[in-house]
Amino acid sequence: MHSKHPNRRGFLKRGAALAGLAAGAIPFANAQTPASDTAEDRPPKDLSYGVRSRFEISVRTVTLGGVRDVIPGLPPGEMGQRLTPLQDSTGIITPAPLHFMTGRGSHLPDIDPREHRLMIHGMVDRPLVFTMDELKRLPSVSRIHFIECAGNSGVSHYKAMQTGLKVANSPALTRSTHVIQQVHGRVSTSEWTGVLLSVLLKEAGVQKNGSWLVAEGADANRHAKSIPLEKGLDDVIVAYSQNGEAVRPEQGYPLRMVVPGWEGVSNVKYLRSVKVVDKPYFLKVETANYTNMTPDGKANWYGFQVGPKSLITYPSDAHQLPGKGFYEITGLAWSGRGAISRVEVSTNGGRTWKDAQLQQPVFRKAFTRFRLPWNWDGEETLIQSRCTNEYGDIQPTRKELGKLWGDETQPPVAGSDVEAFWENAPIMEFFSNPIQPWRVARDGSVQDALYKS
Amino acid sequence: MRFTRASLVVQVAALAACGAAWAQSPTYKVGRPPTEAELRAWDNVVGTDGKELPPGSGTAKDGAKVYAGKCSFCHGQTATEGPAPRLVGGVDSLSTRNPVLTLGSQWPFATTVWDYINRSMPRDAEGSLTPDQVYAVTAFLLYKNDIVKETEVLDAKTLLKVQMPNRAGFYPAKPEATAKNGNWKPNWNQAKPASK
Repeated sequence: MHSKHPNRRGFLKRGAALAGLAAGAIPFANAQTPASDTAEDRPPKDLSYGVRSRFEISVRTVTLGGVRDVIPGLPPGEMGQRLTPLQDSTGIITPAPLHFMTGRGSHLPDIDPREHRLMIHGMVDRPLVFTMDELKRLPSVSRIHFIECAGNSGVSHYKAMQTGLKVANSPALTRSTHVIQQVHGRVSTSEWTGVLLSVLLKEAGVQKNGSWLVAEGADANRHAKSIPLEKGLDDVIVAYSQNGEAVRPEQGYPLRMVVPGWEGVSNVKYLRSVKVVDKPYFLKVETANYTNMTPDGKANWYGFQVGPKSLITYPSDAHQLPGKGFYEITGLAWSGRGAISRVEVSTNGGRTWKDAQLQQPVFRKAFTRFRLPWNWDGEETLIQSRCTNEYGDIQPTRKELGKLWGDETQPPVAGSDVEAFWENAPIMEFFSNPIQPWRVARDGSVQDALYKS
Repeated sequence: MRFTRASLVVQVAALAACGAAWAQSPTYKVGRPPTEAELRAWDNVVGTDGKELPPGSGTAKDGAKVYAGKCSFCHGQTATEGPAPRLVGGVDSLSTRNPVLTLGSQWPFATTVWDYINRSMPRDAEGSLTPDQVYAVTAFLLYKNDIVKETEVLDAKTLLKVQMPNRAGFYPAKPEATAKNGNWKPNWNQAKPASK
């Protein structure tokens, strides 16, 4: 049904394009220059599907951790990640073309929606197969939710960025490298439209011994994930639309799961199968990775929910302030558990905090935009934000987060040094949500003051 | 400082018990039953019970050839060189400052190895291996990790008996024990809702 290698040629072409990178043609935001101002460029020939102004150059970047993405000659790896330019964000919606993506398998699926099917099976009274047209006949919902990769903001991404920089050794690449995008850019928010999974499960009739779901995609490596049935019956959306149009191929066209508030890896794209089972399947993405390693070598598995998290997006380390004076500090806050109820901002290194204004309405499990007026006196300072959700969960500092991880190790490891663990964080460290301070220097430059410190 | 440990919860899963009291008859009557062929083709994500494992078998000896032909290009001649992830070694390294994470040192179930190779490998030809080849290359990688013998035949029954070194390396040690009765809870504390 889904052809296995629709894109082999595209893959080879990509290889050629990567080879081109070696010659210095690097397609990153700050390496780009606006298109040449020639008559044939204006006006665009076809206005039937709009394009943004040629002066707008905000783009996703590849992760520098995936050196195979930027170094020609290495064997092919995963498609890799494309990271959202949060530094350019306004409001709460991420444009679909800038929504972060994690590509699994060797190529982007190219699925004909007329042939795509979703099967609900396993411990159900009536196994069912739905066409896309049939799914669109069913009652639908539209909800605004963030999706965040569980590994977002991990120390490993900062380390990978440094490694990638050394390997790539390209000034153009260096200029486009910002913590806010390279380390934090695995989160985005969209309006998702589709059918609640609970509706489909009800049509199929879940049997009483069913307690988990195994969802599988039709992508090259057939990404699959175990999810508790309770979540599937709660608020999971089988989505065919994103921000008012069909879900993009990078986001799972023609059909994906949106699992609100939970780690990105659960949001299975190219969804073709949901099987009701009676236990988790202990798949690779729930054992070998997406598990949180603790200092004693054991790992926590089946943690799902994104913690309370916020980030100042302007000014951040992608920006340069021209001088002292007025700036509106703005940023994003989100929580996998519910609505953001408060965001506080400190402009003096955490000595005092002020409540920021929250953009209304505030949606549950979605970006919340916050804003605070600020007069910069021109002196060096640290700016940072921390959020609280409707349950009173407060975003931790890096130190508090380290303690939390250590404390969660039961029994506690005698003599374990949680701070040292953080410093030597293993490859797998997920659900990282520390407060991110930015250092504003007297020359107006803004730098990361979390990972570098 | 307003931070308290109880409220500092990163991993929370508010899995409110769902009263699963719903009608057992369909409401919309949209969709159709799958065909046998569709079920066969799509019902093959393999869990730890191995119910979905197909017939077939292989040994490490058979698997060495499959590995050399299909896997070594990315994973290296001895499955340690890369550049794709290392597959061999690292047992007992997980509690050190430099844990070596491989399927031998880290993965808790052999079914996971079989399932991932079967559905997701090799890159650019995912799903192209026959069941015999998957059993064989699984056997080869487990043999290289000193988990099975070179002549041991892996099939749908023997695969389930393989004891992985890191089987107990996760908290809680036996999550499936609590999953069975529908009382599954995340292994993280959960903050109580703030009084409003």
